[in-house]
This record gives sequence, structure tokens and C-alpha cells, in this order.
Amino acid sequence: MRRELSSRELTEAVLARIRAVEDRVRSYVTLTEELALEQAARADERIARGEAGPLTGIPMALKDVIVTRGIRTTCSSRMLEHFVPPYDATVTRRLAEAGAVLLGKTNMDEFAMGSSTENSAFFPTYNPWDLERVPGGSSGGSAAAVAAGEAVYALGSDTGGSIRQPAALCGVTGLKPTYGLVSRYGLVAFASSLDQIGPLTRDVEDAALVLGAIAGHDPADSTSAPVEVPDYRQFLQPGLEGVRVGVPREYFVEGMDPAVRASVEEAVRELERLGASVDWDVSLPSTPYALSVYYIIAPSEASSNLARYDGVKYGYAYQEGGGMWENMEQTRGRGFGDEVKRRIMLGTYALSAGYYDAYYVKALRVRTLIRREFEEAFQRYDVLVTPTSPTAAFKIGERVEDPLAMYLSDVCTLPVNIAGIPGLSVPCGFAGGLPVGLQILARPFDEGSLLRVGYAYQQATDWHRRRPPL
Amino acid sequence: MALTKDEVAHIARLARLGLTDGEIERFRAQLSQILDYFQELRRIDTEDVPPTAHSLPLQNVTAPDEVRPSLPVEEVLANAPLREDDYFRVRKVLE
Repeated sequence: MRRELSSRELTEAVLARIRAVEDRVRSYVTLTEELALEQAARADERIARGEAGPLTGIPMALKDVIVTRGIRTTCSSRMLEHFVPPYDATVTRRLAEAGAVLLGKTNMDEFAMGSSTENSAFFPTYNPWDLERVPGGSSGGSAAAVAAGEAVYALGSDTGGSIRQPAALCGVTGLKPTYGLVSRYGLVAFASSLDQIGPLTRDVEDAALVLGAIAGHDPADSTSAPVEVPDYRQFLQPGLEGVRVGVPREYFVEGMDPAVRASVEEAVRELERLGASVDWDVSLPSTPYALSVYYIIAPSEASSNLARYDGVKYGYAYQEGGGMWENMEQTRGRGFGDEVKRRIMLGTYALSAGYYDAYYVKALRVRTLIRREFEEAFQRYDVLVTPTSPTAAFKIGERVEDPLAMYLSDVCTLPVNIAGIPGLSVPCGFAGGLPVGLQILARPFDEGSLLRVGYAYQQATDWHRRRPPL
Repeated sequence: MALTKDEVAHIARLARLGLTDGEIERFRAQLSQILDYFQELRRIDTEDVPPTAHSLPLQNVTAPDEVRPSLPVEEVLANAPLREDDYFRVRKVLE
């Protein structure tokens, strides 16, 4: 079956879908309907001229941590509620040049700190599969929008799992590229050595197309890697003959939902049927320490990055105090939500005199061990496969009062950012009616292997085609 | 690793975060619990392990020293809470 439609028709159909479901899902902080229709009209002209690329005219959404010139960018924080960026992020510009249609900016945990999107200062986003549950986070708005058909694809950011975990919980495909592959210029900084932008899509093929559009060296980001970007479509081939798969046992953690485990194990058997060789008993012994390492490094970097919110240059400003210091303290005390303040406190403590070596430097040393174990494993295996999250979507409110329980939902994704390697989450089944994600990991800059394995898996299964009954 | 109220207030001051008494008490309990969890790292021998601050081995990245357009002044200052001419205005630092 083949039907051709214009960008305008497609954009109007997605906008109609947004009108139909958005009051239940609440994926978007800001909708840019007028801009979307303008961009769709321009895309149709471009298509008529025969100058279209694969993303021309396709309506998409950006997580509200990616700056858009002239369109407010809030990070779902009171601090930036009225902030209108004077420039575009590199990914925003690259997608615009590819002819993308921007539908709006998606909800998130404030400053990307969280695993449920409940830390948005504005409102929570609801999981399209069960409106009483969280969509995951921090890119929960992006994941829910794609799952609910409110966008064809979306960009998110991933510091410790913030693309992959919500992708898993919402039943969509999510890719965190290798650190340095996608420019961070215009990504509001959380933890600069861990942050990476990537796509949330309906399937692996779309992820390959979007990655191809946003990847590549950018002189505006000094941590951007000077590497050649291949045409990722070349990796989209059926069959996995010759692919060596390792299954690290430490990722099947205590407290894991048995139904999640069963789905992931069945997915690995599918890879075996597709021709891959599987070693079911790989060990990465430092994995359990990744949680501590992450929650020292990420808040430390955040406490430094978020020092810029001082009420002077932009953002919320408390003006009623007696002097500059009081105004600054009140600006930050009132402008930031609980989780952001908690992490600034944690990071400030870890970096403070007397604790710097015991916490921060110690975490950096264990980071080396985690990275080395991946390097050693990738001498024997092309990819490692794990669950993306130990449980399916949890209930709204269930973990908000217990920061450690919330942090534990990212145990399978954190080590990947610590090591800087790429990770892909693809839907691999259901647990109690809720989507489950399979995480696939590869060597730095070997996104090709992730896409190959994910694509072959999706050719053989239909989990990624299931849609929530909204 | 029980933090005291004074320690929490000291960290808040370092971070220039104006916290209420209730927040100080809540963060005291939560941060103490999280710091306890971190003690597991002491079990790992890292004597001969160098720290990794960054996963990508790029160093001394430079850019050509050439004049390029800067951000548009009006769009930048449109976000300023207080402005005077083409400057950000701040409250008096020293009385």
C-alpha cells in the first residue's frame, strides 16, 4: 500500500491528533502550530522543486532543553519560564536545513534531572499506555509524543538514560549517540561530560535517518568529535550472521520485574535465531557502582553549570531583597524545583574543600574502571544487550518522595553515559500491558552495529508497531 | 554519614541557594541517606587507577582567531531582568 501526501496534509493530521489526545497526555510545553504550517508549506515547495531529503516536511518535536531562536525554551523550569533564546542549537539548525517541521517543545524533568517527568515545574506528562503512570524521563514529553502519534519523531537529551528509559517505558525507539557525535551547542547544559542529544522514533530506520541529519563535527562545540558520519541506512539489513552478542549478568539486577527479564531474554533468543552468536554469561563487575559514580559526577557538573542562573542575564529574578547576594539566593531558591536544588547541593558538597578527593576524584577513578570493562568486553563482542530499565512504567507519585528509589530506575542506562559509548533502546515486549525495552550497546562511534542489530530485530518482531489504545 | 543542619546551611551558602528551614531539614535527611549510599565506593581499590574526567580523548581544541558576528544585542537583552542602555544592570555589590 502506498499513498503520497503533502507535508501540509501530514502536518495537519498530526496537529489534529495533538488536539485529540494532548489534554490527556500533555507531552508539550509549547506548541508552534503556525510555524509548523509555514514550514510545511515551504517543505512542499522544496519537494515540488525536487530538492527534498528524507526528513523534509516531516513534523517533529524538540525537548524543551534544546534552544530555538525566538521560541521560548523553558527546561520545564520556573527559572526559564519566559526565556526566549537569541540563537538556535546546532541540531535545531540542522533539522531546519533538512526541511523539518517543528510542532513544539516537549515537557521534561526540570533541567533534565529526573526519571519520570514529574519534576517538570509545570505539569506531569502521562504515559499513553496507561494514563495513571509516568512516561519515564527526563525526555518523557518526547517519548510520550512519539508513542501517542503527536509527532513523527522527537529529539531528546540523555545524561544518564533520559532518552532510552522513557523510550522503553513508552514503547518507542530511542538512541543515545556516542559522546561527541552530536553537537551540544544550544543544549542547555546539565552535566557536560555526559550529556548527548539523540532521536526518539517509531523504529530503527527512522532513528538512522534522524541521526544522519544531526550527527557530525561542529566547531561551536569544542567537545564535538572530528569524525566522518556514514550514511546510517547502509546498516539497515536483515540477518545477524557473524554478530557477536554478550549479555552482562550485572544488568539483571535485584528487584527487577520478572516479566521484564522474560521479555529481554526472549529478545536475546530472537537475536540468536537471526544468526547472532550469544554469550549469556558476560561479567562487567564494576556495574553496580555506576549509580554512585553517576550521582557524584552529574550533580558536581550540574552545580557548576547551573551557577549561571543568577537572575542577572536572563531567567527568573527575585528583585525584592536588600542587595545583590540576597536577591541571588532568593532567585535560585525560588526559581529551582526540589530535585534541581537537591542535585546542586549534592554536587556542591562533593566538590567542596575536604570532600573533593573522597567523592569527586574517587568517582572519576571508578569511572575509568567502568570504561575499561566495556573496552575489554568489546574486544570479544560487537554488542552488549541488557534491559533498558529494570521495571516497566511506574505509577505517578510512587517514587517522588524517595530520591534513591527514583535514581534506581536508571541503573541499566547510567554506565553507558559514564563510559561515553552509544546505546539504543527498542521495544521488546510487554509486562502487565506496559512496554519493555531492550538496550543494545556498542563501541564508541559504532552506531552502525546498534542500528544493524536493532533493525534486524524489528524486521523479525512487531513490538515497535504496537500503538497505545488512546 | 549524618550531615548537621549547619553543614547543610554552609553548602547552601556556597551554592547561593536560599533555602527555607524546612528545606534545610529535608535535604539534611535526604543528602545524608544518599551520601551513605556513596560509601560503597570506598570498597574499591583505585590506588593505581587514573581519573577519567571526560570519555572523549580530545585536548587543546582551538578555533581560528577571527572576527565573527556575536549574538544580537537586542534579542539578548530582551531576556535581561534589569537593563540600562546596552548593559545588564545589577544591584549594588558593596554597600
